[in-house]
Amino acid sequence: MTGSLVLKGGRVLDAGGGRDGDVAISGGRIVAIGPDLSGDRVLDAGGCVVAPGLVDLHAHLRQPGHEEAETIETGSRAAALGGFTAVVAMPNTEPAIDGAGVVREVQELGRTALCDVFPAGAITLGRAGHRLAPMAEMAELGVRMFTDDGAGVQDNGLMRRAMEYAAGLPRPVVLAQHCEDGALCGGGHMHEGEWSSRLGIAGQPAEAEELMVMRDIALARLTGARTHFQHLSTAGSLSMVRAARGGGLAVTAEATTHHFTLTHAACASYDPVYKVNPPLRTDADVAAVRQGLAEGAIDAIATDHAPHTQEAKEQPFDEAPPGMLGLETALALALSELDLPIEGVLALLSWQPAAIAGVEDDHGGPVAEGRPANLCVVDPDHAWTVDPARSASRSRNSPYAGRRLRGRVRHTVLRGEPVVVDGEAQR
Amino acid sequence: MTIADLLSIDDLGGADGIEDVLRLTDSFVEVTERSIPRVPALRGKTVASLFYEDSTRTRMSFETAAKRLSADTMSFSVASSSVKKGESLRDTALTIEAMGVDAIVVRHSSSGAPHRVAGWVDAAVVNAGDGWHEHPTQALLDCYTIRQRLGGLGGLHIMIVGDVKHSRVARSDVAAFSALGAEVTLVAPPTLLPPSLEGWPVRVSHDLDTVLPGADVVYLLRMQQERMTEALLPTLREYTTRYGLSRRRAERLGAGAVVMHPGPMNRGVEIAPEVADLPQAAIIDQVRNGVAVRMAVLYLLLGSGPEKVPTAERLVEQAGVA
Repeated sequence: MTGSLVLKGGRVLDAGGGRDGDVAISGGRIVAIGPDLSGDRVLDAGGCVVAPGLVDLHAHLRQPGHEEAETIETGSRAAALGGFTAVVAMPNTEPAIDGAGVVREVQELGRTALCDVFPAGAITLGRAGHRLAPMAEMAELGVRMFTDDGAGVQDNGLMRRAMEYAAGLPRPVVLAQHCEDGALCGGGHMHEGEWSSRLGIAGQPAEAEELMVMRDIALARLTGARTHFQHLSTAGSLSMVRAARGGGLAVTAEATTHHFTLTHAACASYDPVYKVNPPLRTDADVAAVRQGLAEGAIDAIATDHAPHTQEAKEQPFDEAPPGMLGLETALALALSELDLPIEGVLALLSWQPAAIAGVEDDHGGPVAEGRPANLCVVDPDHAWTVDPARSASRSRNSPYAGRRLRGRVRHTVLRGEPVVVDGEAQR
Repeated sequence: MTIADLLSIDDLGGADGIEDVLRLTDSFVEVTERSIPRVPALRGKTVASLFYEDSTRTRMSFETAAKRLSADTMSFSVASSSVKKGESLRDTALTIEAMGVDAIVVRHSSSGAPHRVAGWVDAAVVNAGDGWHEHPTQALLDCYTIRQRLGGLGGLHIMIVGDVKHSRVARSDVAAFSALGAEVTLVAPPTLLPPSLEGWPVRVSHDLDTVLPGADVVYLLRMQQERMTEALLPTLREYTTRYGLSRRRAERLGAGAVVMHPGPMNRGVEIAPEVADLPQAAIIDQVRNGVAVRMAVLYLLLGSGPEKVPTAERLVEQAGVA
C-alpha cells in the first residue's frame, strides 16, 4: 500500500464506543482497523486514544482584515495542534463574511490550511443588524451556520424574518446567536456584580444574555428554525435552554472552556487577558455550565478562540478588545477540569459539534473503514504547562499561562495527512 | 511600613498604615507652615505626572508636593502627546520611565490603568484617580481633614451622598473611613449606587432627610450632568430636591458636624451656594491638606530617612543627608 499511514497501538474511540486496534489510512480514508496493521509510515499511538478529529463551532481566524492578530494559516495550525480537524470561522472579519465573495475567499485560504475551515455567514449585511445578508448564495457555497457573532441581532422583527427565510434555503442551515441585549449591556466590559462594583468597571448583567436567549426560544417556537446558542455563560440561560428542549424545541447550545474554568474574580488584576464577551461570570454560573456539560443541556464545547495582538491588550481594561485564545488548550482543559470520562469530552468536542455544524459526513467519526481520515490521537495522561509564547497562534492572549493541564494531542491527521506528529505541526 | 506603589487604600494595609500616613502628614503640615516651606527630602528624585484626564487641581497639588520635597517634576499630558497617535499605555509608561523617573503619578479615565502601569515599570506608581475605581490620596486627605476637625474617625457617622456608582472618591473613602472605625452610610437613589454592595462595610439609605440628623460628617459627591442622559435620574432639579444639601437641611446638622466635598463643586446642585461657605464646610481645608498628604505619600514611596515618621525638624535637618 503506497503512501499508507498506520496509527499503531492505540484505543479507537468514537460515538459507538471504544476498542483496541491499529488504524490504517490510505488515499485520505480509513482503510482498515484491526490488530498488527502495517504501512509505509507508522505513528505510535501506544497509550493513546485514536478519536475523530475535534470540531470547533466557534473560532475567530481574523482573516480577511486582521492578519496582524491571526491568519487562517496560523489559526488552523493552532487548531491542528489542539486536535481539531474542522473549525467554523466566525464572520466578524473585515469585510464581514456576508456574501459569496468573502465566503469564497475564506474557503480558498482554507484549502491549504492545517484543518478544514468552514466559514459561517453573517445573518445581516456587514453584521450591522439592519438588512438580511444573502443567505441563499452563501448556503449554495456550503455555508451551514449563520451568525452575527460579536453581536446579537438586536431587532426582534429582523431576527424573526431571518429564521423564517432560513427554512426555505436549498440546504438545511442553523441560525446561531451571540446572545447579548445591547441596551441592557450598556457598554459593560465585564460581568455586572460584586467584582465590577468593587473594581469600578461598567458591567453587563447576566440578564442581557438571558433576555436574548428567551427571545430566540420564542422565535424558534414561532418559526421552527434550527437555532443554536453560542457561548452560553449564565445559569439562567441554561435553565431556559433545558426547559425549551424539555418542551420539544430543537435548540442546541455551546459553552466555552473559559466559562467553565474562570470567574469574574480574575478581572481583579485589571489584566484585559481576562476580558471576554460574554464575560467571565460567577462561581454559580461556572457550576451551572459544568452541570450543563455533564447532563447534556449543552451540546458542544467551543473555543471562541479570539486572538488579539499584544498592543491591543496592553491598554486599560475598558479600552482593550474582548477575547482570548482557546484552540490549543480546549481539549486539555476539558480533560483536566471536567469530571467527565474521555468519551464524554470527545462527544462535546467532536461528534456533537460536527452534527450541529452540518459537517458530519467528513468529521466527528465514526472511525470506520471508508470514512475520511480526520482523526486526532490523544494522550490523556500527558501533563504539560501552558506557555503562550509557544503558541502557534499569531497572538499570545491566553488566560492560562502557567496552568498545569493533563491531556495532550499527540498526532492530528487531516484527510490522511499527519499535520501534527508528536505534538509538532508538520507544516 | 514600606510600599512600592499606592494604587488603592488597601495597599496601606489597614488602619495602622493609614495612621502612619496621617502622622507623617502632621510633620509636612508643619513644614508647609514655615517661611520656606521646602525640605530636601527627595532631592535628586524625579516625579512625573501622567495625566490622561484633565484635573488641574490634582496635578497642581501633586506637583507642589513634589517641589516642596525638592524633587524634580515633569509632566506628560495626553492632549499634546503621542497617545493621541495610538501609542499603547505600556509603551507610554516605558517611555516615561526611560527618562529616569522615580515615581509616576497616574490619572486615567479607565479603572485599573495605574495597576497596569505599575506592572510594567519599576518606578513607584501613585494612583491620582482611575475611572470609577479609586483616588487614594483624596481619601487620605479626607481622613486627615476629619481628624483635624473632629480628633479622629473612630465611631463617627459619615454620610457619603450622591453618585457613588461612578465615584472613585467614594470607593477610596469607604475603604479608608471604615478602616479607621467610622460607620459609613451611602445616601443615593438606587440608580447611583453600585450594582452590588457585597463586601462593602456600609449602610445604605435612599432618604437624606432620615439619616441627616445623626451625621458627624456629610460628604457630598459631585453630580455630573451626563447622568441625566443615561436615564439614571429624571432631572437635576429632582436630584437637588431630594439629595442636595440645602440651607434648610444644613441647619439640622449639629454645630460640630463637618461638610465636605472633593471638588469641583456644583454650587446649587449637590450643595447650596451659601452652605459651602458655612463654618462647618471643610472644603478649603481639604485642598490645603492635600499638598501635605501628597508630600507624605511621595516621601513614603521615595524617601530614605531612618525614621518611619520623622518630625518636621528632622526633615529640615536631612539637608546634608540628601
